Amino acid sequence: MNVPGPMTALRARVREALGKAPVRRNFRAAMDGIRAKRADALPDATDFAQRRARTAAIRARALARLPELLERLEQRLEANGIRVHWAEDAAQANAIVLDLLRQAGARSVIKGKSMVSEEIGLNDVLGEAGIAVVESDLGEYIVQLAGEPPSHIVAPAIHKNRHEVATLFQAHHPQREATEDIEGLTAEARQVLRARFAQADAGISGVNFLVAETGTLVLVENEGNGRLSTSAPPLHIAITGIEKVIERLDELPPLLDLLTRSATGQPITTYVNFISGPRRADELDGPREVHLVLLDNGRARIHADPLFADTLRCIRCGACINHCPVYVQVGGHAYGSVYPGPIGALLEPQRLGLEAGGSLTSACTLCGACGDVCPVAIPLPGLINQLRAEGVEPRTDSPLPDAGRLRHRGEALLWRLWAAIYAHPRRYRWLARLLTALRRLAPRRLGAWTRWREAPRPAARDLHRLAREAGFSDE
Amino acid sequence: MTKETREVYVFGTCLIDLLRPEAGMAALRLLERAGFHPIFPQAQSCCGQPAFNSGYRREARAVARAQLTAFTRELPVVVPSASCAGMIRNHWPALFAGEPEETQARALAARTFELCEFLDRAGLVLQDRGESVRVALHHSCSARRETRTTASAERLLTQLSGVECLAPAHAEECCGFGGTFAIKQDALSAAMADSKCDALLATGAERLISQDAGCLLHLQGRLARRGDALPVQHIAEFLWERIA
Repeated sequence: MNVPGPMTALRARVREALGKAPVRRNFRAAMDGIRAKRADALPDATDFAQRRARTAAIRARALARLPELLERLEQRLEANGIRVHWAEDAAQANAIVLDLLRQAGARSVIKGKSMVSEEIGLNDVLGEAGIAVVESDLGEYIVQLAGEPPSHIVAPAIHKNRHEVATLFQAHHPQREATEDIEGLTAEARQVLRARFAQADAGISGVNFLVAETGTLVLVENEGNGRLSTSAPPLHIAITGIEKVIERLDELPPLLDLLTRSATGQPITTYVNFISGPRRADELDGPREVHLVLLDNGRARIHADPLFADTLRCIRCGACINHCPVYVQVGGHAYGSVYPGPIGALLEPQRLGLEAGGSLTSACTLCGACGDVCPVAIPLPGLINQLRAEGVEPRTDSPLPDAGRLRHRGEALLWRLWAAIYAHPRRYRWLARLLTALRRLAPRRLGAWTRWREAPRPAARDLHRLAREAGFSDE
Repeated sequence: MTKETREVYVFGTCLIDLLRPEAGMAALRLLERAGFHPIFPQAQSCCGQPAFNSGYRREARAVARAQLTAFTRELPVVVPSASCAGMIRNHWPALFAGEPEETQARALAARTFELCEFLDRAGLVLQDRGESVRVALHHSCSARRETRTTASAERLLTQLSGVECLAPAHAEECCGFGGTFAIKQDALSAAMADSKCDALLATGAERLISQDAGCLLHLQGRLARRGDALPVQHIAEFLWERIA
């Protein structure tokens, strides 16, 4: 039996997503709204260009000194009483978290939003170990109830409208009065979750920025769930990628500013959390223990690759996703990856290897919308295109896993044939003569093209001939 | 200015060459009207973009290299396509990085212009002779983000007194052509075309025009399959038709 390859599977998921008209309407409406908010928050292109030059430089500077900054970060964090753990891959990270929870005798966990925890599949690991995990971000809570992965890195339940959420809540909160009203639904989730915060033995969260100079974990959010998850339970475990470090505290404001404007069109989020240690002797609340798990999971390899290191500048705002004309058609689940959209097409093939992730680069028209809005000026379309090249004609020293493995003999042969004709004027002229002369024999069916469109017919006379006959000189 | 210095090269592009040569002829005529002496090197073929965007850089380079030998004089190269102009201008320097032809490629990139951009800068005056018509202008992503020449097209069209130019909803969004994307992700490409076709038809335009033949082939093919009657024209053809 043939297991469908990643490309076939991707195409199948796309077809399935395209068939779901209501979900597509949800995405269209949501993306229109979020794009308008970003446009309002960053109305001036010149101003944006200046701001992002600064944020890109801050991120690039931090990445250029990554090992040194991580070392300093660890020292500062430990001095602040935050224990630092290094995880090379998902398995190690999960094991570290599980160990910490077991040592503390924790049976229940309340979680703030964390894409890195999705990346390592933490919830499944904890569930199998008999630890109850509840997501506290409203969107994450919704997709957790639905048994689905997030469909967006900032707005996990963006594929659901309020009617679907209402149905889901009725099924899971039968004791509560049914409502379809957004405020009512939010209040319902808040009340259900409030009890969970009080009961939880531990809180797990992500991190937006790590400040090396001060040893601070910075976390932005709008619901207060992040603050509760990280301060109510006696144990807080933060988990994030090693690339999130910046050098100084004064570099943070411009980054936060562009992060929130790009993500949700907000000048600032409702909550900006600075976590600089566990509860002190004279303090009444806060966790007794704070741990940070720093995950590599391929990041050091990406960092060492001069061609693709800029990938790590990403601050996970989701603006590239929001402005992607492919994402708006099919939504996040169609990608079948943890990170969807343009950043997914760039990051996942590097993280998972080209064999498993390379097909994502095909779900891109290279339209450039993502690169235009990226708040840290990652040249997304150019890099996605580079990844295609690494799949079929890699650099000799390419550090990418499965470099060159997407080269198929048939396709490679077609391109060689194409070049053999188009790179030789005389051969190309022959082709043109042939196509124009035989235009009436041009096939009506042209594979995937005519599955959806009528076939174009070659012209009766090509431009070379028309120009020559009209007397336009050759040189 | 002497006739000598007003000479310009025209790079017709492979799509226009074989499928829409009228657009190329219109570009040549428009350049003449603007006072230039257009030269059409017969040795030209393609900028290499189809292979480049599919990851086949060696093949793209081989084809691009052949163009370097067809456009050797230091004349501006005018391209009736933002996509191909953008390929030459923005991607040839990287494509030839470290190659013997790097300097030559960079020089050619620096003197390459998209047609509307070139005509607009040259100050071409358009005298509209056509009947009043409402057209929808589809900005290609290349015109918007590679050559950044959408404003040039709009300025040329505003000169035409009988033309009402309409912008579709979600004008900034890609039509779904994307070169080989149209084949590799054909269902997705068609869904994007449908969104674009719906928005274009909703403008009530009588004709669809664009700076790029690629988008037009894709949209025309999809419109025809859907049974929608919206005639499609390259902007060069349209401009020439209005003033000829």
